[in-house]
This record gives sequence, C-alpha cells and structure tokens, in this order.
Amino acid sequence: MTLGGIDIIALTAMLMTASTPVLLAATGELVAEKSGVLNLGVEGMMIMGAVGGFAVAVATGNPVLGFAAGALAGAALALLFAILTQVFLSNQVGTGLALTLFGLGLSALIGKSYEGIRPPATTKLDFGPLSELPVLGRVLFSHDWMVYLSLGLVAATWYVLNKTRVGLVLRAVGENHDAAHALGYRVIAVRIAALAFGGALAGLGGAYLSLVRVPQWTEGMTAGAGWIALAIVVFASWRAERVLIGAYLFGGITALQLQLQAAEYSIPVHLLSMAPYVITIVVLVILSAVHRHGVQAAPAALGKSFHASS
Amino acid sequence: MKRRSFLITTAATAMIASAGLPAFAEEPLKVGFIYVGPVGDMGWSYQHDQGRQAIEAEYGDKVQTTFMESVPEGPDAERALTQLALEGNNLIFATSFGYMDAVMNVAAKFPDVKFEHATGYKTADNVAVYDAKFFQGRAIQGTIAGRMTKSNKIGYIASFPIPEVIQGINSAYLHAKKVNPDVEMKVVWAYTWFDPAKEADAAAALIAEGVDVVMQHTDSTAPQAKAQEAGNVITFGQASDMGAFAPMPRVTSTIDNWAPYYVQRVGAMLDGSWASGATWGGIDTGMVEIGEISDAVPAEVKAEALALKDAIAAGTYHPFTGPLNKQDGSAWLAEGVTAEDGELAGMNFYVEGITAELPQ
Amino acid sequence: MITLIKRPTPSKTWSWATPIVAILATMIAGGFLFAALGKNPVEAIRVIFWDPLFGPNAAYFRGQLLVKAAPLILIAAGLAVGFRAGIWNIGAEGQYIIGAICGAGLALAVYPAESVWLFPAMVVLGALGGLLWGMIPALLKIWFNTSEILVSLMLVYVAQNLLAYMAFGPMKNPQGFGFPGSRNLQQYASAHNPELIAGTGAHWGVMAAIVAVIATYILMHRHLAGFRIRVAGEAPRAARFAGVNPSRLVMVCLMLSGALAGMAGLFEVAGPNGQITDGFNSGYGFTAIIVAFLGRLHPIGILLAGLLMALTYIGGDMAQLMLQLPAAAIQVFQGMLLFFLLGFDVLTNYRIRIGKGAKA
Repeated sequence: MTLGGIDIIALTAMLMTASTPVLLAATGELVAEKSGVLNLGVEGMMIMGAVGGFAVAVATGNPVLGFAAGALAGAALALLFAILTQVFLSNQVGTGLALTLFGLGLSALIGKSYEGIRPPATTKLDFGPLSELPVLGRVLFSHDWMVYLSLGLVAATWYVLNKTRVGLVLRAVGENHDAAHALGYRVIAVRIAALAFGGALAGLGGAYLSLVRVPQWTEGMTAGAGWIALAIVVFASWRAERVLIGAYLFGGITALQLQLQAAEYSIPVHLLSMAPYVITIVVLVILSAVHRHGVQAAPAALGKSFHASS
Repeated sequence: MKRRSFLITTAATAMIASAGLPAFAEEPLKVGFIYVGPVGDMGWSYQHDQGRQAIEAEYGDKVQTTFMESVPEGPDAERALTQLALEGNNLIFATSFGYMDAVMNVAAKFPDVKFEHATGYKTADNVAVYDAKFFQGRAIQGTIAGRMTKSNKIGYIASFPIPEVIQGINSAYLHAKKVNPDVEMKVVWAYTWFDPAKEADAAAALIAEGVDVVMQHTDSTAPQAKAQEAGNVITFGQASDMGAFAPMPRVTSTIDNWAPYYVQRVGAMLDGSWASGATWGGIDTGMVEIGEISDAVPAEVKAEALALKDAIAAGTYHPFTGPLNKQDGSAWLAEGVTAEDGELAGMNFYVEGITAELPQ
Repeated sequence: MITLIKRPTPSKTWSWATPIVAILATMIAGGFLFAALGKNPVEAIRVIFWDPLFGPNAAYFRGQLLVKAAPLILIAAGLAVGFRAGIWNIGAEGQYIIGAICGAGLALAVYPAESVWLFPAMVVLGALGGLLWGMIPALLKIWFNTSEILVSLMLVYVAQNLLAYMAFGPMKNPQGFGFPGSRNLQQYASAHNPELIAGTGAHWGVMAAIVAVIATYILMHRHLAGFRIRVAGEAPRAARFAGVNPSRLVMVCLMLSGALAGMAGLFEVAGPNGQITDGFNSGYGFTAIIVAFLGRLHPIGILLAGLLMALTYIGGDMAQLMLQLPAAAIQVFQGMLLFFLLGFDVLTNYRIRIGKGAKA
C-alpha cells in the first residue's frame, strides 16, 4: 500500500519500533506525574537504563536479563530522585534537571569499557503464518517481543489507573495530597512507588535503544529522547491511551520526515520537526479551554512538595 | 577604578606575553587537542584521538599531549583553547569546523603558539588548516555500490548540507553511474553528525524506498545494524572502520586517519620547520584510508575498486574529471579538466543526474 | 525515627550554612569519585575550586567566570521573580534563542552599515523577542488557563528548530562557503558586544546581569510590588484580597523573565559567541533554573549561585586538562553538587527531630 510514493505499511511498522523507547519512558513518566511528581530527569534515567541494560546483556549474553537490568538502573536513579524530593523535600524541577546531568555523566563513566561492542540479539516473535498476512502481518506481527511488552504496559497502566483501587489512590494523591493524607493514604510511599515505576519504564526504554534500536552503546545516545517523553505526557493530557497516540505522533514525524526525503519530496525539515510541539501546545490549549470550569487535565498537585505536618 | 583596571590590563598583557615563550630544550613539546565529541564516540573525535596517541607512540618522552573532550563550539571552545595555550602547549589541534573563529581569536592573542584547525578555511601565520579528501573514498564506494546494487537505488544518509558532504554525494553518484548508468541516488538529510536513533530511522526510510546500498556521512553504526537486519543491503564504514559489521553489510570503509599528518606536524615543530599552510590530504598521504574490502564483494569488483584507489593515490585519476555538468544542466567541467581544490572546497551544487533537490 | 518539623520562618543561620555544608559534602563525595577514577582527590578538588580563582593564570579565568556566569545570572534573576509568584517559566532556553535571533537578525539585515545606534537597537529587539516568546505562555494561561510550565517547555523545542532553520537558511553567511552559521558579529564593529575593559571578560551582558540583580533586589525586597508578588506565590487567595490582579501578574512575570532571557541571548550572540549557529544555545536557559533554585530565588543568592555554577564549569575544564579527568566525571560531580545543595536546603525550612516520632 503506497500513498504519494510512500509505503504506508513499512512506515507504520517502522514507527512502531522507532517510538517504543519514548512510549515506555512516557508511560512511566505519566504514572509519576499522576501521583503529583514532576520528574524532569527522564533523560538521565533512560540513559542509565541504556548503559545498565547493555552491560548486563553483554555480560550474560541474555537480552532479557539486560532489559531487567535496564529497568533496575532506571528505577535506582528514580529512587535517588524520590529520596531527595519526597524525604528531603527538594525542589522537583531543580532536582530533575540535576538528575539528567548526573545520569548522563555516570552512564558515560560506566559505559567506557562497552564502547564498540555489539550486544546479543533480541529475538523477534515468530507468529508463523500470521506475519504473512497482507497489511496486518507487517504492522502487527513482525516485531520483537519488547514492542508487544511496551503496548501491554500501556494497556496495563491504563487499566490500573482507571479501573482499580490502586489507581484511584494514586490519582487522589496526585490531585490533592492533603486530602489523601487526611483519608489515611501514605502520600510519600505512593509517590516513591510511582517514581520507581516511572524510572523502571524509562530505563526499559533506554535499554531498548541500546539493545534493539541502535544497537550499541555510545555516550549520550539517548540524544534528547527523554525530553520528548516529557512532551508526550503533556500531549496525552495525562491519559495512558493518548500516550500511545502521542508517542506514535512524535516518533512518526521523524520517521515520516525522513521517509518523505527518501521519496524525494523537498520539505523544510526544521519547520516540520517543530510540528509535534506546536500540536502539543494546541492540544493543551483545547483541553484547557474545554476543562475551563471543570476538571483540569494536569494533576492538581503536580510539582508540589508534600509535608505531612504542615 | 582606573588604576585597578590598568593593573588588570597589564597583568593580562604580561600573562599573555609570557605564555608564548619557547619551551626550554629539555622540556617536552606540549601538544594540546580539543574534540567536539567524547573520545568514545567511535567516530570523528575517536579518530582524532587515535592520531593523538600515534604522536605519543612516535615521539615518546619528547612530547606531552593533553586533550579536552566534548568542548562545545563558541565561547567554551575559545576558553578551552586559551587554557591550552596558557598551560604552555606549543601546538594545538582544534578538531571541528565550528571552532574556526575561536581559533582565529586565540591565535591572535598567542602569536608564538601554533594552531592546527581541521576542516576550516581561515589561516594565519600561526594557524594552519587541514582536511581530508573524503570524496576520494566515496569514489571507491560509488564504484562498488554501482556494481553491486540490484535495485539500482543507492541511499545516502547525509549530515549537513556543507561542501564536504555534497562532494561526497556527488563523487559517490558519479562513480556509481559510471559503472551502472541506471543507478539512482536517494539522499536523506539527518541534520546531525551523531544521533544513533535518527540514523537508524534514516537507514530504515531509505531501505523502505528500495535501496540496497546505504552510504552514511554520519558517525554511528546504527545504519549498519539496520542494514544487517534488512538482510541483503550493503553499507560502508564511516570515519572508523566499523569492522564489527564485516563482511556483511559493511563491505569496506573510509577511515579518517589523522595519524600520519599529526606525526608529521609534530615532527616539524620538533625540528623547527613548522609553517602555516593548508593541507588537503587524500589516499596518497594516508589521511583517507580505505578499509579492507570484504569477501562479500565479487573479486572483479574488488579488483576494479583497488585499481581506482591506486589511480587516485598515484594522482593519475581525479574523481571530478570533466566532462561534467551541474544538476541544472549547465556545464561545469570541460572534457579532461579536473576540479580545482578551491572550487571543491565551496561546492554547493549537485552534479547532473541527481534528482533530489539540495537544501539551501 | 527522624521527623521533620516545619519552622515557622526559614532559618537565617541555615540559609547561609547549608550551601557551605553542601559544598563540603560534594567535595568529600566527589573526592571518592575522583579517587575511584585513579586521580588524587585533593588535587582534583583544588584544581576545580581553587585554581580558576587563585591559581596561575587566574586573571584570565576570573574574567571567564564573569563571561560564563553573566547569562546564568541575568536569566535566573528574571525567572526567580516569577518563581516567587508561583509562575513557572521553564522555557527560558527558548526565550534566550529568540532574543538572539531577533537581535542578530537586525544586525544581519543592515550589514554592513555602521551606526552607534545599532547595538542598543539590537539589545531592545533581543529583549523584545524574548518578551514576546514569554508572552505566549502568559496569554494562553490567561485566556485558557493552560499550564505555563508545559507551554514554555514546548516552545523551547519550537525555538530550537527555528534556530536551526535560521542557521541553515535565511541567516546563513553568504560568504561562508556553504557552511551553516551566520556572519560573525564580533567582526562587525557596530553590532559587537565587546569586552569593555580588556582582559576582564566584562561585556555589556555582565553589566546587565549586575543591574538585573540590583533591580530585582529592589523590586522584591524594597518595593510594594515585590511584596505582592511574594504574597501571590505563598497565599494566592490572600493576594486577591490584597488587590493583586492574577492575570497582570502572570503577564508581568513571564514578560520580565522572557525579556531578560532574550537580552542574555543577544549579549551572547553579539559577544562571546558571535554567530547564530545550530548549536548556539548551550543550555543556559535550563542551567539558569538550577541557579535560581540554588540561589533560593533571592537576587544575591542567585549572583553567588551563578558564579558557583560557572566555577564548576571552568574548574571542570581545568580538571579535564590538568588531570585528564573525563568530561563525564565533571558532569557527575556537578550533579552531586546540585543534589547536595538542593537536598540540604531542607534544613532551612525544617528542623530535624530525632527520637519519638510524633506523627508520620
């Protein structure tokens, strides 16, 4: 199926792989923000996941262990952030920016001995005849298992946030921590858990970059993906199902932009690259206008420190 | 207030004047480097650092080298260069185009320190420039690509629309077309020197367009990995050998080998013969090195590529030899005429036959 | 059991003592890091914190400290006013870029006309550019109640792409041999923001930073408007009764911080940097947010925090050069410094009680 000289099916299959790292990181950040914490350190957590996952995958020869290690590395960094912001009540914006700096530096130090090495391959799932299906075969049944896991994680996140008691508590904490505290919920504990989950997903996304997307370890290889994840959460107006759309839009614009060039369309690359951010602002405005007198899209306590005795 | 500023000014002048004093005979020659990326980028900065290590290996105790990595272009570079000069480095290599004006500013303040600026075009009594004729390597890649492509579509992941990259695209296209008149060139501008994820996307986009040869003018191995995943797509190592991807998809490579030049220039400093100038090295001086051609390349194609390499090295063949027209059909080089270096250094057009539009 | 008890008012003693404790803690933790990398920790700490100020060649580095700190302080001073009012502009990086584009755009448009009015006009345009870019999140917040944190952050990426577009397109130097980047304003007398006293590093941006610190101090601590801004941040409802118009507050805060960031960008592009290039913005806008918090949103604190951040950059470069510490180790060190500074800050607002935990 081609449209204007572009193979839509190939493009869709491509952008699904391309968007997986930011999809994972954005889903994690969504959960953290839903609990009322703005962690700007996504980039730092992703790159720690990238190096941690890579190191373990190379050492054990097992990519699954690598992904687990990536998630752990991301979560470890998130816990550092959690201790600082939740226990020591440090400013979230400042601490998040510092976390990015710290993660980029530390990952580079750890990664020195892994430069120029190739990781073990992550297997593609074998769907047998399904992957031979026209259209759907390429789009749905041609990926490695991490792509499906990331989609599953988005679905699970949506379910937990919207349909379970755990999700209710998490959202209550994010909307009004004083009220949640008065109801007997442990605000700090909920937030630390949400941050750790967010870090784990960011780490997983980073590991996907170093083990599948590229696959290789190099300093600074996330190249701003963490910041895009932050933008996606906003674009998604803090809704898990919209994170998926956002990730495919942001990932898709890059893929589409390159694809258009390959098909010899003359396009203003930089103006097109602006588009997702402009769209995000437009979406924000529409949502804010719609919710003007009702519920706000952003968690009400986002970015605010909580102290029980205050 | 006035007096104080006077003092500061004098102190600054004294400091600048003393820093450039010649080293004592028994002291080693101090050679400094600034890199735009981390030494571990496995590409551009990594190759410059290999050159630095070659200096140490060659001259041992007679030299002392230091480097600063990940130095952003702009005022940070100017400070880093000044710092190197103040630390008594006698020869300083600035290894990115964007350092050009910073080099000129610092060189003016330290007339006794020698500067070497990679890929720039501004010189002074104490500033020399050097660059490599990467387009010579592209000629060999183009020949192999033209012979080996089955889809007759060649993809090129370009970094920025600057002369060096445009020379590469033109050279690769001309030589592919020479051996295979049906060949088409697809160019994707990544607008980055190094962004593994984006380079991977660019390679995937080209492969989706049906190319079975991917050339890259960006530094990561991500396109190699994409090509490998796709199966029967060939690639070429860029900047470093990328030998981990041989024999397929990487069939050969163009290696930036700065070592011979660096060793020679440091030698000139040691015997006092250093002079400013502009060096544009190629295959002949070893600055452009062709990596081993793998067994995936048919023997006769390999022989043809090697013959081309020898002809370029011997100076009997120039990759840009007329008759050649520009993309718009206007005449560029007449029959038998070769392009002059100065003209190539500012190349801002595609040659005839490339259908894509050059971003301006 | 350790519990935190909120102090009725922030502790004066601790607000001075915590930065010192944090820096000492960073030196110890950093010492371990450097020792783990096989470097002498004491020497490393000395090179980072002492040498730029008092070591050999300190005269030069003290000037560079001003060059590096000035944009941070100028931007942070504006941001802090908004932060005090609970208005979170985290898009200063974008406003910085737009300021530079607008100011430099004027110079490039009238090149090569010389006039004493050019530079002042550029400063005005730079401030205006930043102000207008900052007004976008302000207006959206007033009209639609859209979060200014997120809009201003998104606008950074829009600005970055606009910058790249300018550097490769309309503002490209026509005499630059096809290389991206504008003319160098350092070589355009009327547009240049020069060192006012040779060797001190002090350019107009440094002056502006000092003025901004004094002006915001007067505004915030000696003026009724400052009192209102602080009330608005601490008790928004009370502020309404005190006659604060929230819409006007949002406008004023974002326009002020935008204008200062835009000016910082202009001073940088016309001075130390010289050119509009793809990588012109080097993160000053984001680092300034850290500086604002480190300085506890107080103008004098910001002045000191800006100088401290600049010191770690310059000292970090020196450590790279003298001890061959990798650039990444410096990043980790800066990260640790920020963690300690932000973490220990809790002591200013809370007392720690060890022993019987009253309530969790």
